[in-house]
Amino acid sequence: MIPAPFEYHRPSSLNEAIGLLKHHGAQAKVLSGGMSLLPTLKLRLGSFAHLVDINRIPGLDGIKEEGGFLHIGAMTRQSALERSDLIRTKYPILADAVPLIADPLVRNRGTVGGNVANGDPANDEPAIMIALGATLVARGPKGERTIPANKFYTDLYTTALAPDEILTEIRIPVPPAKSGGAYQKLKRKTGDYAAAAVAVQLTLDAKGAVASCGIGLTNAGPTPLEAAEAAKFLVGKTPDAKTIEEAAKLAAAKSNPSADHRGSVEYKRDMARVLAGRALHTAVQRAGGK
Amino acid sequence: MAKHKISVTVNGAVREAEVESRLLLVHLLREVFRMTGTHVGCDTSHCGACTVILDGSPVKSCTMLAVQADGSKITTVEGLEQGGKLHPVQEGFTEKHGLQCGFCTPGMMLSSVALLERNKNPSEQEIREAIAGNLCRCTGYVNIIKAVQYAAEKMR
Repeated sequence: MIPAPFEYHRPSSLNEAIGLLKHHGAQAKVLSGGMSLLPTLKLRLGSFAHLVDINRIPGLDGIKEEGGFLHIGAMTRQSALERSDLIRTKYPILADAVPLIADPLVRNRGTVGGNVANGDPANDEPAIMIALGATLVARGPKGERTIPANKFYTDLYTTALAPDEILTEIRIPVPPAKSGGAYQKLKRKTGDYAAAAVAVQLTLDAKGAVASCGIGLTNAGPTPLEAAEAAKFLVGKTPDAKTIEEAAKLAAAKSNPSADHRGSVEYKRDMARVLAGRALHTAVQRAGGK
Repeated sequence: MAKHKISVTVNGAVREAEVESRLLLVHLLREVFRMTGTHVGCDTSHCGACTVILDGSPVKSCTMLAVQADGSKITTVEGLEQGGKLHPVQEGFTEKHGLQCGFCTPGMMLSSVALLERNKNPSEQEIREAIAGNLCRCTGYVNIIKAVQYAAEKMR
């Protein structure tokens, strides 16, 4: 399958890329890893007259902790995240999730920025960024602005990014002591999207009660979802089995999936409940709770 | 639509081409360079028959534009044999019956070569994970794993 014709641009700076986006407006699309965009173009599910390839712009990739935040550059490949010792040791929610994204060949090209900015509710990292309380950094003609991950997704494939803005970086608050996270995903095979998946990040207080909590749901509605009621329910409580079960029910109540070849609405919602329970248990354990 | 002059190093040889923006890397290899060892299978980024090694990493060449590979080093199955001698991975596939119909084999071998370049002693699980993006419709995975293990031993 061959995409419809388009013009290819390879800017060497962010300003040049933003200029191209501004000039071509809705006719232009940013090409990052291309793992969703290329199939879309090939299957002719979408077409753009101009592709702006940001792969050669220096400074857009990298993983580092600085100033209380983990900074992940938008062009960071999934495989880099997968092999990062920092991620493996301090961000188990991402260490759980990345190996479950697509397959290793796709992860060699696919980027964190693409996964987050594409606005596909089936992508895994949006729910994770919501659970982590991440901030998304966008650059446009007027400069830089930040958008909280839980305010970023407005509709199916629709985000808070303007057509002339580029997601440049994701900032994740460095988790305090006694924090833990987990990602639980149900899928049929390697490369499949989630039938249901749940991201949890929490911090315990000195007594072992939940001090703060974020929960995100993947592929449970037209956008990645924040299960805010479930998270709020947990705060101040000791996360014992019964409390977790209640929270998992609240998380599942938030999920609003569509029936498809991965299952019925009822099945997917119940799987969200089961996965939320598992993710909460694992997160508590990783936070040093029981 | 403007054409782009690109230069890529394929199996050690510098190759130049003038390509349309929308030309896929797999079509550059197969139709422009006439190197048909790289296969087109599903053409939707699932099967991995089109796998090539791009600057050290195995990637699906059906899901990348040729122009994106400008300046890159590419290894295809044609580049595995050196001076008339099979690559240990090729030898492993021969010795351990790692192929039946052979359609997935170039992609399987390139994913395996890339694995062995960064991990000299992979566990069976690591081999399975490394080839998770390559589908074998003959379901010959057991012998493919044996073939990679054979090559790993030979290369150590």
